[in-house]
Amino acid sequence: MKNVMSRLTIRDRRAFVSGAFFLAVAVFFYAVTQGYAPGTTARMGPGYFPRLLSIVLAAIGLFVMAGAMRPAAELQRLRAWDLKGLLWVTGSVMLFAFLLYPLGFVISLFVLIMVSSKASPEFTWKGALANAAVLIALCVGVFVYGLGLRFPVWPTLLN
Amino acid sequence: MDFFHNLAIGFSTAFQLTNLFYAFIGCLLGTLIGVLPGLGPLATIAMLLLITYALTPEAALIMLAGIYYGAQYGGSTTAIVVNLPGESSSVVTTIDGYQMAKQGRAGVALSTAAIGSFFAGTVATLAVAALAQPLAATALLFGPKEFFSLMILGLVVASVLSTGPFIEGIGMVVLGMLLSLVGTDINSGTQRFAFGIPQLFDGIDFVPLAMGIFGFAEIVRNLEPHDELSLVTQKIKNLFPTREDFRRMMPAIFRGTALGTILGVLPGGGAVLSSFAAYTLEKKLSKHPEEFGKGAIEGVAGPESANNAGAQTSFIPLLTLGIPSNVVMALMVGAMTIHNIQPGPQVMTKNPSLFWGLIVSMWVGNLMLVILNLPLVGLWVKLLSIPYRYLFPAIMVFCSIGVFSINSGTFEVYEAALFCIFGYMLMKLDLPAAPLLLGLVLGPAIEENFRRAMVLSRGDSTVFLTSPLSGGLLAAAAIAVVLITLPAIRSKREEALKE
Repeated sequence: MKNVMSRLTIRDRRAFVSGAFFLAVAVFFYAVTQGYAPGTTARMGPGYFPRLLSIVLAAIGLFVMAGAMRPAAELQRLRAWDLKGLLWVTGSVMLFAFLLYPLGFVISLFVLIMVSSKASPEFTWKGALANAAVLIALCVGVFVYGLGLRFPVWPTLLN
Repeated sequence: MDFFHNLAIGFSTAFQLTNLFYAFIGCLLGTLIGVLPGLGPLATIAMLLLITYALTPEAALIMLAGIYYGAQYGGSTTAIVVNLPGESSSVVTTIDGYQMAKQGRAGVALSTAAIGSFFAGTVATLAVAALAQPLAATALLFGPKEFFSLMILGLVVASVLSTGPFIEGIGMVVLGMLLSLVGTDINSGTQRFAFGIPQLFDGIDFVPLAMGIFGFAEIVRNLEPHDELSLVTQKIKNLFPTREDFRRMMPAIFRGTALGTILGVLPGGGAVLSSFAAYTLEKKLSKHPEEFGKGAIEGVAGPESANNAGAQTSFIPLLTLGIPSNVVMALMVGAMTIHNIQPGPQVMTKNPSLFWGLIVSMWVGNLMLVILNLPLVGLWVKLLSIPYRYLFPAIMVFCSIGVFSINSGTFEVYEAALFCIFGYMLMKLDLPAAPLLLGLVLGPAIEENFRRAMVLSRGDSTVFLTSPLSGGLLAAAAIAVVLITLPAIRSKREEALKE
């Protein structure tokens, strides 16, 4: 019994989680395809091909998970996430999207640059502000005047 | 005779003043982003895709192509001077290029890379011109089942060549294909996987996904603590290789060019694969393999010629068969679609000036790149002293504006932010993103051809194997899979991809 248990431990955690990820996505897509008509092989409906792909992906997921438990599998841990950096970067992009229409290009770019700069361990206020000034001037020049992209440049209230 | 006639059309297009100007801009931008680590041609082309809407199709494609092969030049500069690959295709150049720089031969290494790249670019231009017509003629024989099998071959080869275990690469391809099915099914009008979100009815756009992964998530990764850059600070002087250098590098350049030209045409191939293969080949053939890793000039000449040749010939499958062989080519499909050009064999007959103009512009661009890179190398090296904390907000700004400009809507920007988290997860799991993107791009065409083939055969799925052309392509895919699972080759591949 102990022998079997030791053989079934997850040695390669990275691969195991990758496989589980494939499996989870496959199950999700397969569940959704239940709502689409599969049709026949000669006359496929909208559900046929996605269902086929989900089954293939599920099989790959199981295979990868099984591989992670082989006694010969390489011992691997999951790698740590830099949550702080991820949060600043993703957050700044979301803020940019959120602020663009009410506040316009200039202000939302300023927020994007300042917030994303915080992601760097070498952040300084002076450096980030100078960088923001240069980049905003460049972008307004290139995208608004140079290429004529239709952006809301200033807050909509002012127009 | 046709060959020269076509080249003449190409020359007259490529030498129009506006086209020369955009070729120059493309090469300049390509060198710039090639030199800078952490910003690749993929993110750059994705950013500029929509801007090219204002240009003529010729100018747009000439510029975007210039960015791709220009990045190969710039990438080698960083590899040699800083021991850091500016581009993934110059990874192997760091091995011997940086050693040469440490011995005070940075200038020689740089000019070797430039001479090799220029020679390779010239040969590859001729190869594209010569091979395009027969291949396009073959493509006209292709029916749905052949296209299906060809794309399967491309995806399998792309997974074989991606980092990490092959099976995970295939998993990413299938995942990409599933994502590509989001949106309206063109046959039945059913909304698949859209969950009532109107912005998803047109499917998941390629650009936010590429930006999320190769733009934003890449930044998060670069911000994690890592080793300091080790700039070789000595002045770069003496660009001229000695007679002995020439004697040693010329055969390597010939071999690298030949290898890159062939590997670039393969589906799934391109610059990265070619450079790895060329380095391995040079090391194998060398009379003094012990010098490799210690500044062997062949180790710079071979891969640098190969990556440039591969970058250029990877346009062949796109322009003749309409199938992108790597992720950058997938973006070129996007660029052509913007200008209402359907990639495929008909480009050559319907838009001869575009087709031949693009090919000739590659040669012109290579000439510009030699001039841009050799005398100005000091300037490019200076760029590397810009601290990353100023650089990455700039990348974020350009990526965000690029994503926004797809539809002048914020939905795509949110999408890119979510794909950033997704991309970061992929990096932490060592799952390769390139097969995912290729699956996303080819997915709809694969489904469409699969369905058509099955309608034609009345549901008999053995036609893929019984028709000689389609069966041959699938057999090639099967051989690739078998080869990769053989233990001896598997360890070789891991070694090659790891270095």
